[in-house]
Amino acid sequence: MADVTAAPLTTADGRPLKAALAEAQSRARRRAFLLVAPLLAFVVLTFIIPIGQMLDRSFHHDGFSANAPATLEWFDANPAGTAPDEAAFAALAADMKAMKENKTAGEAGTRVNYTLPETRSLITKTARNADDLAPPFKEAFLAIDDRWDDAAVWQAMRSSASAYTADFYLSALDMERAEDGSIRRVEENGRIYIYLFVKTFVVSAVITVTCLLLAFPVAHLLATLPMAKANLLMILVLLPFWTSLLVRTTSWIVLLQGEGVINEFLVALGVISADGRLKMIYNQTGTIIVMTHVLLPFMILPLYSVMRVIPPSYARAARSLGATSWTTFRRIYLPQTLPGIGAGSLLVFILAVGYFITPALVGGADGQLISNLIDFHMKNSNWSMAAALSAMLLAGVLVLYWLYDRLIGIDNLKLG
Amino acid sequence: MKKILILSTALTGLAFSAAAQELTVMSWGGAYGEAQTEAHVKPWSAASGFPAKMTDSDNPATPIKAMVEAGNVTIDVASIEYADAIRLCDEGMLEPIDIAALPAGADGTPAADDFLPGAVTECAVSTDIWSNVYAYDTTKFTGEVPTTAADFFDLEKFPGKRGLKKGAKAVLELALMADGVPAAEVYDVLSTPEGVDRAFAKLDTIKADVVWWEAGSQAPQLLADGEVVMTTAYNGRIFNAAIAENKPFQIVWDGQIYENEMYAIPKGAPNKGKALEFIAYATSTEGLRAQATYISYGPARKSALKEELLYKDGKTVMAPHLPTAPENMTNALETSAEFWVDRNEELNERFNAWLAQ
Repeated sequence: MADVTAAPLTTADGRPLKAALAEAQSRARRRAFLLVAPLLAFVVLTFIIPIGQMLDRSFHHDGFSANAPATLEWFDANPAGTAPDEAAFAALAADMKAMKENKTAGEAGTRVNYTLPETRSLITKTARNADDLAPPFKEAFLAIDDRWDDAAVWQAMRSSASAYTADFYLSALDMERAEDGSIRRVEENGRIYIYLFVKTFVVSAVITVTCLLLAFPVAHLLATLPMAKANLLMILVLLPFWTSLLVRTTSWIVLLQGEGVINEFLVALGVISADGRLKMIYNQTGTIIVMTHVLLPFMILPLYSVMRVIPPSYARAARSLGATSWTTFRRIYLPQTLPGIGAGSLLVFILAVGYFITPALVGGADGQLISNLIDFHMKNSNWSMAAALSAMLLAGVLVLYWLYDRLIGIDNLKLG
Repeated sequence: MKKILILSTALTGLAFSAAAQELTVMSWGGAYGEAQTEAHVKPWSAASGFPAKMTDSDNPATPIKAMVEAGNVTIDVASIEYADAIRLCDEGMLEPIDIAALPAGADGTPAADDFLPGAVTECAVSTDIWSNVYAYDTTKFTGEVPTTAADFFDLEKFPGKRGLKKGAKAVLELALMADGVPAAEVYDVLSTPEGVDRAFAKLDTIKADVVWWEAGSQAPQLLADGEVVMTTAYNGRIFNAAIAENKPFQIVWDGQIYENEMYAIPKGAPNKGKALEFIAYATSTEGLRAQATYISYGPARKSALKEELLYKDGKTVMAPHLPTAPENMTNALETSAEFWVDRNEELNERFNAWLAQ
């Protein structure tokens, strides 16, 4: 048995076949990779890196730690709770002078201010007057502002001393750090984020269900009508889809507002009195109505594409075997539309969760969603907070996606 | 991380780099942006021979941080609120402006003495003084009309919906003044937790009847649509609707909250030298007067107020419409930039929570 040695297979020019094959395959792989390389580079540059940066910002803010090296050293040498001594003030004075020089007091103050309000101006003011800081340093600091004696200020600086922090996630969960460093819920009148997260998911679910109820018959009609008529109806579905989002939202304002078309019509008919005009906009109702309309095509199109290819013979067979029309629908037709329902619902839900322009325009006070607060923090330059909220939203959507995969299976998704 | 940020925006930067030989000014759009275009951008461009254009933003202070951090600054001058000018300057996001580089007043007073106190900061120069006021529709009230800040919150005497700016700034101050806090003590009261509670308690009394607005142009629109009977607004927007568009709107100056609007240069602006020339031109006595002929925001130079100002229609005298007119200043509050630089986050978070409840 050991004697039988097959000569290795070779190509015509005598190279081992295995090596030649491997080379040819790797060449093909390289070529394939080069073909997708532009797209890969595009996705990495415009999607992966920004999302990575966003996640990084949500727990990384070196505004204070990068600009106060001497104070950091003192914090390292002295355990938490140590009263600031002359050495601490001397270190801080050196940092303040550097901050004034480099114009970084604002950045440092911003970071500390996230932990303790009103420390921002304390730091910028002191840095502005850094030239007056001379030994004895403690007196010099207190001469500028007597808050420098406050232990809470030093505690806030200490907790800002690390570039990495979970504080933004704490805030995003309506929690805060107490003076002694323990974690507690914020006061009741300041709690907002958890409430808004829940509300965002509930409102998005309501919008998804409404979209499904409205889209299902329309998609069915489109799928069963003769081609010519279906195309005409399809244009009616697509026309709003192609219209600018802002135009659609503003036309809803015209329709729904207190003195708007619908209210005027109802008052003229005598259905409601002039004082009893319906409140249909600048509240949650407005958000749901307008977002349902805006997102409807995203439900109709996947449903339509699935329904169009369902052979009518199954339903006919069921009927001929004695099923009632309801049973036929429930047991034969509906299960076959599931991939479309899944795709449409997932699409509408994920879009709704991140929507912000429509709630901002028609949401009024109680129609705001979490995305509006992310926008708010972006506008106020608190990018870390915006990033933490976005990361939580992203996590929520990923969990839903995973659930969907477990329950229905992502393979069943059919977008068209 | 910063390097990656620069890298990732470099591509976008390529698209814009071709347009560098043009001064870009960013302002708030609407009647206000138009006033600055007509009074500053166009005449400066004509006088200097350097092309200049105006772009709009909901708040020009917002993009500055993003642009500077990415190293891709595409605007040369931005018109921003006072508190933002201070904050961005502290963060090193703005170029410093030397007051000595600004021209003397038309009467020869050096710039340092000619500007009103606080109108020139380390990094920014005032383009006007504007005000948060409230205005009502005169056709909605027969007989008694609202005259005080307290009347805005009086739903019994003046029933109907109210328009309010969605945000804590200027809204909390108005609530306190309406609750009887003298203007001079507003920020002292608002610095205490009890004061904040008091302001929110006052807002609670009208919460159910409030329509919230965000963009400056929405306020006069809500009033014109009859959606509200009175609304807070930027005074220039109401002036524009009342004088230029003949709307029956009346401003109530009691409890007005005014502040300087500032021109500033983002750090690393492509045409920094030209931007400084532009600001010197726009904030000269003539430049400030020119802007005030388009919109009723007061010039921040003493020399600009010496002669009578007329609206662009050539007959409306501007003086009584300006926030700085003595008869409008009887119960007025200047926004405390320092207070809002510090408390903006905290109070707006509370405001948002209150709004969502």
